[in-house]
Amino acid sequence: MQARRVLTTPDDPQPYRELGLADDEYARILQILGRAPTAAELAMYSVMWSEHCSYKSSKVHLRYVGETTTEAMRQRMLAGIGENAGVVEVGDGWAVTFKIESHNHPSYVEPYQGAATGVGGIVRDIMAMGARPIAIADSLRFGLADAADTARVLPGVVAGIGGYGNCLGLPTIGGEVVFDPSYAGNPLVNALCVGVLRVADLHLAHASGTGNQIVLFGARTGRDGIGGVSVLASESFSASHPGQDRSRRKLPSVQVGDPFAEKVLIECCLELFNAGLVAGIQDLGGAGLSCVTSELASAGDGGMRVDLDAVPLRAPGMTPVEILCSESQERMCAVVCPSDVDAFMAVCAKWDVTATVIGEVTDGERLVITWHGETVVDVPPRTVAHEGPVYHRPVQRPSTQDAMHASTPDALARPSTPDALRATVLRMVASPGLCSRAWVTDQYDRYVRGGTVLAQPSDAGMVRIDEITQRGVAVATDGNARYCALDPYVGTQLALAEAYRNVAVTGATPLAVTNCLNFGAPTDPGVMWQFEQAVRGLADGCAALGIPVTGGNVSFYNQTADTAILPTPVVGVLGVIDDVRRRIPTGLGGTGDTVWLLGETRDEFGGSEWAHEMHGHLGGRPPVVDLAREQAIGEVLAAASRDGLVNGAHDLSDGGLAQALVEACLLSGVGARVRLPSQVDPFVALFSESSARVLLGVSGACAHRVAQLCTDHGVTVTRLGEVSAAPVLEIAHIASFTLDELRATWERTLPSLFGTPYPPERESAGST
Amino acid sequence: MPRVVVDVVPKPEILDPQGQAIVRALPRLGLHGVRDVRQGKHFELDVEDDVDAETLHRIAGELLANPVIEDWTVRRL
Amino acid sequence: MSAVCRIGVITFPGTLDDVDAARAVRRAGAQPVPLWHADDDLHGVDAVVVPGGFSYGDYLRAGAIAAHQPVLRAVLDAARRGTLVLGICNGFQILCEAGLLPGALVRNAGLHFVCRDQRLRVENPATAWTGRYAPGADIVVPLKSIEGRYVADASTLSELEGDGRVVFRYLDGNPNGAMHDIAGIASADGRVLGLMPHPEHAIDPLTGPSTDGLDLFHSAVDTVLGSVRG
Repeated sequence: MQARRVLTTPDDPQPYRELGLADDEYARILQILGRAPTAAELAMYSVMWSEHCSYKSSKVHLRYVGETTTEAMRQRMLAGIGENAGVVEVGDGWAVTFKIESHNHPSYVEPYQGAATGVGGIVRDIMAMGARPIAIADSLRFGLADAADTARVLPGVVAGIGGYGNCLGLPTIGGEVVFDPSYAGNPLVNALCVGVLRVADLHLAHASGTGNQIVLFGARTGRDGIGGVSVLASESFSASHPGQDRSRRKLPSVQVGDPFAEKVLIECCLELFNAGLVAGIQDLGGAGLSCVTSELASAGDGGMRVDLDAVPLRAPGMTPVEILCSESQERMCAVVCPSDVDAFMAVCAKWDVTATVIGEVTDGERLVITWHGETVVDVPPRTVAHEGPVYHRPVQRPSTQDAMHASTPDALARPSTPDALRATVLRMVASPGLCSRAWVTDQYDRYVRGGTVLAQPSDAGMVRIDEITQRGVAVATDGNARYCALDPYVGTQLALAEAYRNVAVTGATPLAVTNCLNFGAPTDPGVMWQFEQAVRGLADGCAALGIPVTGGNVSFYNQTADTAILPTPVVGVLGVIDDVRRRIPTGLGGTGDTVWLLGETRDEFGGSEWAHEMHGHLGGRPPVVDLAREQAIGEVLAAASRDGLVNGAHDLSDGGLAQALVEACLLSGVGARVRLPSQVDPFVALFSESSARVLLGVSGACAHRVAQLCTDHGVTVTRLGEVSAAPVLEIAHIASFTLDELRATWERTLPSLFGTPYPPERESAGST
Repeated sequence: MPRVVVDVVPKPEILDPQGQAIVRALPRLGLHGVRDVRQGKHFELDVEDDVDAETLHRIAGELLANPVIEDWTVRRL
Repeated sequence: MSAVCRIGVITFPGTLDDVDAARAVRRAGAQPVPLWHADDDLHGVDAVVVPGGFSYGDYLRAGAIAAHQPVLRAVLDAARRGTLVLGICNGFQILCEAGLLPGALVRNAGLHFVCRDQRLRVENPATAWTGRYAPGADIVVPLKSIEGRYVADASTLSELEGDGRVVFRYLDGNPNGAMHDIAGIASADGRVLGLMPHPEHAIDPLTGPSTDGLDLFHSAVDTVLGSVRG
């Protein structure tokens, strides 16, 4: 055997601190290697041991999720956390995979490309499971709607998601848009993708089999985002304002997305999967080749040899460090049996996708990377990918929590006269928190692929996955950071409850949970307390509902200077419906239907939209969460959908009953005559945000059966009134509104802030 | 190898909303005096010595520009 | 003439709505025949659909690269012989770039991508693709595009208007600044049709706003099978 090459000399610089490695982390690298690392090794360890890639601060807390997942909950799971994205069996031989991931910091620096590449990245994650991506949802959070920088960030992010997703041919079917001043210097862009595959075709990323070839395919490798994701996602911004100082600020290297390349890559990958030419596959995301080579090698049972000279480059003169850390988009890496390489290359050629063998699986236990005939990396791959540092960060409940709880919303002035209540309804409907999102969602293609059964503004998105059996899946994302600020444990469970309810009101049965945990700096003990509480709330909530967490993503360092964002766990729930023709549309149904309210209303205004919009107040306790009741309501809805008893349904959440009634009328295009329950104060009845409540439009003839269902499941029912032929929402003894008035009020806010997407009439008759 | 530059701009009679958006944005940045902007495309071609002017005009007119909506110029550097 | 109408559906790299177009063809009782961008013949199909999407990324101009591919040359030849051709969205852009239809599609005046359920008026039910519609029919079909603004010079516009070749017009406000509110136009013989809205996404109330788009495909089948209703 050839003597090992001397990889480093004592003179090689070791700028580990600049690369973000702590002293003890560097010492550990010296110990692992028994020598000083090369520049390439140092770069590799530093990106892979970053918070973004290693989960070093969150790992110890996330373990709790696995510990609380029972065998019964795992029954439908074919793959869970640890793989790129969880996979759940949904029936008829189909499996579904879904995941949500943050692209927050890049979207602040360059909103269009940041958001676009966020969509691209999550779509490749789904492809790496061997699945065909079928739908996207985006959970977005910005500073105040009328803030100057929001006018820079929001239109860019929305155009980026649309520009990438529309060109990729994936329908955008859901998501959220939330405004809060805490996101002013740190917007949240969390992109979710759903994919489907046959159960028999599940591909897991590994590199077993000595002699198997490592094939890099897709875009060429350039100097995009060197250290981009990893550095951007792990270091907070200074208080500078990029929007105001574009010319002088130093731009971090931003990756640029090519959705056309990704569309071709999807079709190419699916053809490769169908032909059985892929032994293992992984996408290239943050940390690029560093990540993919070390993860593929350590997930297999051998070593790996990689030749960087074989990597197709876009820029001349790239160093090994640059090649290894490049975050050029639209690339995938496959493990291919030697006998399949020719066929693999032929499929890539058909799609005009560049594909190159860059290495092979070896029988050693080392990842060895060469360049220009020199060994630039020689490491045990697990130490890079899986055995990174683990931190038990200090956790401390902030002393400010008590003061926040003491500052209840009880003392806030409440409207009591009919006129004041009417004015409050209109003010709330037009508020940035509750107004129509059409300005955003009309920039997304919701029709492509022809399987979209429900899309925004429906409570959940739903797509058909089988045209013969009509099986479909529904997905919703939710998160209420104000509730989480008041109580991160309960707040996270409320987010879970809302996403669960939003899936259930479509008639689908919730099956699985994914999450994106957006928090401040993990070095802040108060932030770590929020994080720990959120993880425990989520895990305990999932155990109570009996549905597993199948994947997740953590984003720390979301802050401007020293001020963290509100704790923002975003929860995604996926459900299945065995026949999409029985889905329940969001709304009230039609004339002849009766309007029912399921659930109980209490005086709960802590963290509410009303307290925020009318008083700028955040204090007290969030609404009580009752997951057993959520489950019972879900069962009522599933049965009602199965038996065709209801023609419309809408979940009650932000803004309470008033908002739900307004939206349900507008979405169904019908009026309603309702009477508020006499035992509750009208203001509380209209605006409280008590959870576990749903509005139903019940078919006239089915009232008895729905009432029986609710009794059987212990769900309280209030009959509010009926759908009316007149286009008026009439709340007895309080107010009435024409639908035209409500629609104009609901729809005008975002266009008035961000400009009308349509040109004025006739402006454009060809003259300039 | 000679370099050829092809510039493509929307014809004067075609509304150019991108150019108009720039015109409207300039005063908001405190930059005044710009009456009109036409946004176009700039192509740089490295061509063999024997590529003649007629071929260059075909390249520009048949692919790089759409004569229905765009004008173009060809320059050898 | 064959008893089954065979309608080709072209896929370019970047085509997105080919699956949907094929579904609509099937729903209208015809047989969809997949055509690949590199094909230089049309496998004897009776009609061709050039579907929507972003062929070649639309990076140069929408439809510009696709218009020069082998399969498009075959489409031009076939159209000269009277084969029915339908271009939807990117397909309409491609047909204009290829010179099969006059004018061009440019960026929306509002600069945004616009996805909405669009009301249209059927201005001419006498083309090969619109025989099933009543004159002046009011239909709802999804529109989803960012380069959907139809432009043409004055003489082309007056020719189109004078000859009844404006087949679909936007109602309820012009969504993109198209001249004369034009949503779709036909060739002089009425056998080549291009439109920005997506009839293939309006064939089933479960997944679209209406079933108004299906008659477009039925009309083509009627034409091909020689049973155009009067």
